[in-house]
Amino acid sequence: MPPTVEPRTSTRVNDFAVKLANVNGTGSASANGLLMQAMFRMGVPVTGKNLFPSNIQGLPTWYEIRVSKDGYNARALDYDLMVAMNSQTYARDVKEVRTGGYLLFDSSWPLDPDLNRDDIHFIGIPLAEMCNIHFNDPRERILMKNVAYAGALCALIKVDMKVVEDLLMEKYSGKEKMRVSNQTALKLGYDYATKHFDCPLPFHLDQMNANADKILIDGNTALALGCVFAGATVAAWYPITPSTSVMDAFKGFCEQFRKDPETKRNNYCILQAEDELAAIGMVIGASWNGARAFTSTSGPGISLMNELLGLAYYAEIPAVIIDVQRVGPSTGMPTRTQQGDLMICAYASHGDTKHILLFPANPHECFDFAAKAFDLAEYFQTPVMILSDLDIGMNDWVVPRLNWDDSYQPNRGLVLTKEQIEELPKFQRYFNHDENFVAARTLPGVHSKGSYFVRGSGHNKFGGYTEIPDEYQEVVDRLLLKHKASAKFVPEPIIQKRAGAKFGVLTLGGCDGAVREALDLLEDRGMPADYMRVRGFPFSDEVVQFLEDHPYTFVVEQNRDAQLRSLLMMETPVSKDKLRSVLVYGGFPLSARHVIEGILSQLT
Amino acid sequence: MPSIAKPIAQHPSLKKNNLGLTVRDYEGTMSTLCAGCGHDSITAAIVRTFWELSTPPHMIAKMSGIGCSSKTPTYFVSGAHGFNSAHGRMPAIVTGANAANRELIYIGVSGDGDSLSIGLGHLSHAIRRNVRMVYVIENNGVYGLTKGQFSASADIGSKSKRGEANRMSPIDPVMLALSLGATFVARSFSGDKEQLVPILKAAFSHRGLALIDVVSPCVTFNDHVGSTKSYLYSRQHQYKATESDFVPPASEIVAHIGSANGHISEATSVTMHDGSVVKFRALPDGYDPTDRQKVFSYLQERQGKGEVPTGLLYLDESVSDVHELNNTPDSALTSIPFEKLCPGNAELQKMLEDFR
Repeated sequence: MPPTVEPRTSTRVNDFAVKLANVNGTGSASANGLLMQAMFRMGVPVTGKNLFPSNIQGLPTWYEIRVSKDGYNARALDYDLMVAMNSQTYARDVKEVRTGGYLLFDSSWPLDPDLNRDDIHFIGIPLAEMCNIHFNDPRERILMKNVAYAGALCALIKVDMKVVEDLLMEKYSGKEKMRVSNQTALKLGYDYATKHFDCPLPFHLDQMNANADKILIDGNTALALGCVFAGATVAAWYPITPSTSVMDAFKGFCEQFRKDPETKRNNYCILQAEDELAAIGMVIGASWNGARAFTSTSGPGISLMNELLGLAYYAEIPAVIIDVQRVGPSTGMPTRTQQGDLMICAYASHGDTKHILLFPANPHECFDFAAKAFDLAEYFQTPVMILSDLDIGMNDWVVPRLNWDDSYQPNRGLVLTKEQIEELPKFQRYFNHDENFVAARTLPGVHSKGSYFVRGSGHNKFGGYTEIPDEYQEVVDRLLLKHKASAKFVPEPIIQKRAGAKFGVLTLGGCDGAVREALDLLEDRGMPADYMRVRGFPFSDEVVQFLEDHPYTFVVEQNRDAQLRSLLMMETPVSKDKLRSVLVYGGFPLSARHVIEGILSQLT
Repeated sequence: MPSIAKPIAQHPSLKKNNLGLTVRDYEGTMSTLCAGCGHDSITAAIVRTFWELSTPPHMIAKMSGIGCSSKTPTYFVSGAHGFNSAHGRMPAIVTGANAANRELIYIGVSGDGDSLSIGLGHLSHAIRRNVRMVYVIENNGVYGLTKGQFSASADIGSKSKRGEANRMSPIDPVMLALSLGATFVARSFSGDKEQLVPILKAAFSHRGLALIDVVSPCVTFNDHVGSTKSYLYSRQHQYKATESDFVPPASEIVAHIGSANGHISEATSVTMHDGSVVKFRALPDGYDPTDRQKVFSYLQERQGKGEVPTGLLYLDESVSDVHELNNTPDSALTSIPFEKLCPGNAELQKMLEDFR
C-alpha cells in the first residue's frame, strides 16, 4: 500500500462534513437544500453535493454538506455526521462515519444490532413517530420527517434557527399551510434534540462573514444566464439529463428579461427539437442567419451531433454547444459526473476536424464563458463547445457574485455589410482571410451580390464545389491554421506556483477544488507542486511551457482513458513520458484524497 | 456537385417582372443532372414562379439536404443564398434559420430518400411546427446517386432496373403529411408545369409549411417498364383531382379572374394569410380542400384504384406557424439590437439577490 496522507478533517468549528442518506422522491432534497442555504447565509463557506439516482422515486440518494472555514469545496470522504434515513443503504452508510463521529437515525424503529459500531455515537430521534402524531396527511408525514431532522441538525450543529425560519417564510410566502407545517416539523426536531442530547456537538457552525460577495448558484443556471446576457436569441435542444436545467433556466430568464415591454413579444425563440440531430441543425441554421444560437446537451447528444458539427466546421458556421457531461459510454450513468467527452468533442465528426473547447471549473466561469463562447464561435466561424459536467451543472456552488461588464460588445466576427458587399467586385466566401485565417462571411437577406452556396461537400477557397486535390487541401489547411490561431483567444490557463516545486499537477474543470486542496496538503507534507488548470482547447503556449518546465506533470481528470493527457500528447510537442495520470471516474465528484493517493502511489 | 456557370444570355425581348428582372435573372448554374431528369423541369417551374411573383432574389433562402434533388438549388436563383446541408437534415436547418430570420422566403428542395428515410423525423416535426417554408419533395422512388436502390416511396410491386420487385409498403408523403396535421398539401408531376407553377405560387403565400410532393421520374434508374414512377406510368395514372389558380392580393384579382378560361363556376376559394386567394376551378364532387378527413378518404379511395391524384389537395390557413406559436416579433430576431437583448449589470445584480 502506498503511503497516504489523511486529508484535513477536524472536529472544530466550521470544519466538518455531514452526509444525508435518503430515499429519492420523499422530499429530502428540499430539506437538505434548506440546510445548505441556511449555512451559506450564516456566512460560512459551504459546499453541497447531491449524489442522486437516475430515478423518480424510491432509490437511494445522498446529499453531502461540507463546511470549510478555509473554503475547500471538494467532497470530503470522512463524515463527522451521517443522517441515516434510508434503511436500504444503512449498512453502507454506517461504515462511512469516521471514528468518533455521529449517526442520526429514526428511532421509531429499532436499529439492526449486527450493524452496531462502538467507535461512533448514535443519535436516535423518533422522527416518524413524531410526524405521525403531528400530521394527518400521509404524504405530509413523509415530507415532514425531512424537515424534522433538519430541525434536529439546527440544534446539533448550530444552524441558526432564525435564518432557517426566514428561509421558510420566503419559500412558502403565499403557501401558509405549507409554511406552518414546515415550521412545526422544524421545531419538533429542534426541541427533541435540545432536550435529549448535549447540543451542540463538538463540531458545529459559527457565524462567519465569508459570503458577503458570494452567491449560491448551479452551473446550468449560470450558463443559461450567460447566454441571455451574451445576446443568444435562438436556443434548440432535446431534453437530456443533466443538461435539461440549462434550457429550463434559459426559458425562465428569457421570460424575465426578454419580453418586449411594448409589444409583449418574445425576443427569443426556444425550440424543443425532435432529437439532437435536429437541435444542432437548428443552431446551425440560426447561426447561418447571424443569430447567436446555442444548444445544451450531454454526451449521448454530442454523439448524435457529430454529423452536423463536421458540417459547421467545414462550412465555417458558428455554433455554441453546451455539453454538461455525464458518465458514459452509451447511456452510462445519467446522474453521475465525469469528464469523458473531451476526445469526442475535440475531434467531433468524421474526417479531419478540430474544435474549440472551453472548460469552466465552476458556475462563475460558466457565466463568463458563455459570452466568450459566442465571441469565439462568431469570430472563428466554427463550433465552440463548453464542457461543463453534472457536478458543476447541477450542484449549488458558493461562488463570487457574477458581474457583467456593461461595456461589452459582442464580437460578431467578419460579417460584410450591405455597403461593403456593394463595393466588392465579386464576393468569394473563403478567399480573403485575416491574420487568424478567418474569411469574411455574408448573411442571407442582405445583398444578392453576397450570395453563396453553403456546402459540406468539397469546396475551393471561392466556395465553389471542387474535387481537385490542391483546391481541397488549400481550404482544410487553412482550417487547421485557423484552429491553431484560436489558442491565443481561449481563456488562458490558471497557474499557481510554489517555492521548491518538484513536479507539476495539471487538471481541468470541476477537479479544481480537490486538486488545489490536495496540493495544500502535499505541501504540508513537504511535497510542494506547481498547479495548472487548462481552460480551453487548443492549448496555448503557456500550457506547453508549463509541461516543459517540469520533469513530470500529473494530469488529474475524471475519465478512464486519460483523455486530457491524450490531447496533451497529441496537440503539444511534450514527451508522453513527462505526463502521468491520476484518473478518478466512478461517477462521484473528486475529493482531495483521490488526488493525493493517486499522486503518492506514483512518486518514487 | 460540380457546377458549370451558365452563360448569361439576356435577349432584349425577354419580359421583365415588377422588379425589372427577366426570367434569366432567376436561373442558376447549369444542371449536371442526367439529360431528361424530372428534377430539371421542377427547377424550371421554380424559376418561373419566382420570376412571376417578382420575388427579390436576395430574400430567397434555398435549402437542401443530400441527393440528386438536393443538388438543384444551385440551378436556380444565383442571387439567393443557398444551403446544401447534410442528408435529411434540411428541415432542421430551415427551422433554426427561420426562427432567426422569418423575413426570408424559404424553399427547401428534397427527395424521397432525404425526406422519407434519413430525414423522416425532421420532416414530420417541421410539419408539426408548421415552419413557414415551401417544401418540395422531388419524388422518384429511387436512390440515384448510389445507383438505383429502392427508396421508401417505392410502391409495392414496382420493379427496379434489374427487375427486382419492391415488397415493402411505401411511405406516401401526401398521406403522411395529412395525418401529421400539415396545413398545405399538394402533389404534382414534374412534367406538368402548368399545374405546378400555380401550386408553387400558392405555397409561397401559405402561412406555414407547404408540402409539395412532385413525382419526378429518374430517367437513369427508374424509368423502365414495371416502375410506378416512370414517365409513362405517371402520365397514364396522374389524375388531376383539383385544379387551382393563384390570385395575388388586392387589385389584381379581377384581372386574373378575367384571364381564366371560363371554368370558374362556383369555385371554392381560400383566402391566404397574406391576402392572396387560391381559387379552385375544378374539384371532384363533394370534395372540400379544407376538410382533412374528406381529402384523406378521397385520396385513399383513388389511390386504391391505382391512380395518382394531383393538385393542391389540402389547405388550411387557420393554423399558427412556428413564430406565432412562440410569440416572436414580426421582424427577424436577428434585427434586434444587442442593447435590447442584454439586460445589463444593474439588472443582473438585482436578480442575483435571488441567489443569496
